[in-house]
Amino acid sequence: MKRLRLPRSPKVIVGLAIELFFLVLTVIGPWIAPYDPSYNGFVQNLPPSAKHWLGTTALGEDIFSQLLNGARATIVVAVVAGLVATMIAMVVGISAGYLGGRADDGLSMLSNVFLAIPGLPLLIVLDSYLPQADRSNSLVLGLVIALTGWAWGARVLRAQTMSLRNRDFVEASRIIGESRLRIMAVEIAPNLLPILASSLLFTILYSIGAYVTLAYIGLTSTSVWNWGTMMFWAQANNAPLVNQWYWFVPPGVCIALVGAGLALINFGIDEFINPRLRDAGLTSKMMRRAGLSRRVRLGVTPVLRPTASPRRSRGVLSAPGAPR
Amino acid sequence: MRVIGRRLLLYVVTAWVAISVNFVIPRLMPGNPIQTMIGKLTNQVTPQEIAAIRSAFGVGLSQNWWTQYWHYLDQLAHGNLGVSITLSTPVTTVLGNAIPWTLGLIGVATLVSFVLGTVSGALLGWTRGSFFDNLIPVATFFQAVPYFFLGTVAFLIFSNHLGWFPGQGAYSLTLSPGFDWTYIASVLRYGELPAFTIILSSIAGWMLGMRNMMITTVGEDYVLMAVAKGLPRRRVIWHAARNAVLPSIANLSLAIGLVVSGALLVELVFNYPGVGDLLFHAVANEDYPLIQGIFLVITLCVLAANFLADLVYFALDPRTRTPAAV
Repeated sequence: MKRLRLPRSPKVIVGLAIELFFLVLTVIGPWIAPYDPSYNGFVQNLPPSAKHWLGTTALGEDIFSQLLNGARATIVVAVVAGLVATMIAMVVGISAGYLGGRADDGLSMLSNVFLAIPGLPLLIVLDSYLPQADRSNSLVLGLVIALTGWAWGARVLRAQTMSLRNRDFVEASRIIGESRLRIMAVEIAPNLLPILASSLLFTILYSIGAYVTLAYIGLTSTSVWNWGTMMFWAQANNAPLVNQWYWFVPPGVCIALVGAGLALINFGIDEFINPRLRDAGLTSKMMRRAGLSRRVRLGVTPVLRPTASPRRSRGVLSAPGAPR
Repeated sequence: MRVIGRRLLLYVVTAWVAISVNFVIPRLMPGNPIQTMIGKLTNQVTPQEIAAIRSAFGVGLSQNWWTQYWHYLDQLAHGNLGVSITLSTPVTTVLGNAIPWTLGLIGVATLVSFVLGTVSGALLGWTRGSFFDNLIPVATFFQAVPYFFLGTVAFLIFSNHLGWFPGQGAYSLTLSPGFDWTYIASVLRYGELPAFTIILSSIAGWMLGMRNMMITTVGEDYVLMAVAKGLPRRRVIWHAARNAVLPSIANLSLAIGLVVSGALLVELVFNYPGVGDLLFHAVANEDYPLIQGIFLVITLCVLAANFLADLVYFALDPRTRTPAAV
């Protein structure tokens, strides 16, 4: 079986570990939370202690329980939005790139318009007209966010599709009479997989930011706990002014960690797509072991090549044209 | 010129879409929030104001959409964005007071962030594999932090705790606005921390983009040639960077929208009297005319900035000026 050649750079491993941790938290978070996140019968404004790991809010709620519960809504909305947006991007991007002509003009215009409109203000306008019931619905919020976040992916996919459409294997399928739909879905789409993955991660990253921002300015239902709502209440109760860092710092750090994890994985995918970036994932120790000086040698961009020897599966750097 | 024309067409279409979104959304959304809003307002505002809201949002009107749409465009053409419900002031007046603050803060911060990020990205790309590569994960982390969170933390540490920067607002409240030096100094002083926050949040994007482009460019033959000719290192970096910066500038017009969106929230954290703060006020009070007015104005400003960025790109890249260019 062909082995998937993911670069084994520390960045990707760290990124994957972070995401795995938060995925587990999404599932088990509400179960392992010590208290009901909305129960407000505790002493107010307690600093962190053994009973309340992250203290209590100005309303007497347990902050740690809110943090654990908040993971689910935040990540579910982000993943829904990311998946939907990537689907839209795929349909629009591949059709525009493959069909060309009028269809391309129209679809490109559409995605450029969505790129040019600043996302957050549009999102706020759309969201402020949603009925209260929908503002607690992860699916509806995910769809609205997806609507504002698909255009970038469509643009990238279109460009890549255009470079694929005249390759021999596509020409061949055209000649043997495959339908356009089949060519786009079966011949072209699988070849865009790394870019699709990268686009998915990027959109999830955007969606987390968008969702948390909406919650932070009070545009999602306060009955659903997410990390943005926590910061909304912290800001509303002047937590930063009275040094209640344990109220607003933990949700912010969680958001940043999830985001940084996604970005790190994305680095791995970038290196997978563009071999010239590939050795960037190696530590200096690994580069020295491969016998390559750390200084950049001009004109001979090092490219990571897997070696035949199974023992050093990490690969060795070799410079094209350099004496072996 | 054809290229510029195409871009201009795109922005005109985009502006039209934004204008139409403002018209269509209130009329399409389920549950009719405008009706609810009017119900709440009945005892607070005059019947004339309610009639104005009704005509602006198309509630309980017998006209068809087409007539309403023309009326709406006509109002817009005369610079009428309606009246803010909570402030009882025309939206244009409210926005007119807020926009200079936002333009000053976000405009300067974005420009500084772009220049700094691009220069450091170029150097990072040149010295790849050195100690400075450790900056990349750090930058990534800052990129993933929401702007408003970074703002809150910065405020807590530098302003509240260490007292290096003044507190919230845009100028010392003991001063009265005017064109004297103390007032201007106060404005600059109060703007430092918000601007610093925006720069810190947005710089990573420029830096990473430029670094990756630079790595690709350094592998090109003409850079090798420049080294072989014995040009001083600074000139070689300049050669490579000039070419690597083009995609960054091409992306500038796309990134401005994202940066502005994030930066608006920084105003909220610092109680900065700009459009972001206004937006929060409007959302909290369900002030629909104000929300829509802000959306429209931000969109138009971003489009104008995009067009400027495009003009710079065309001026820099000769390939866009040849007739064969698409």
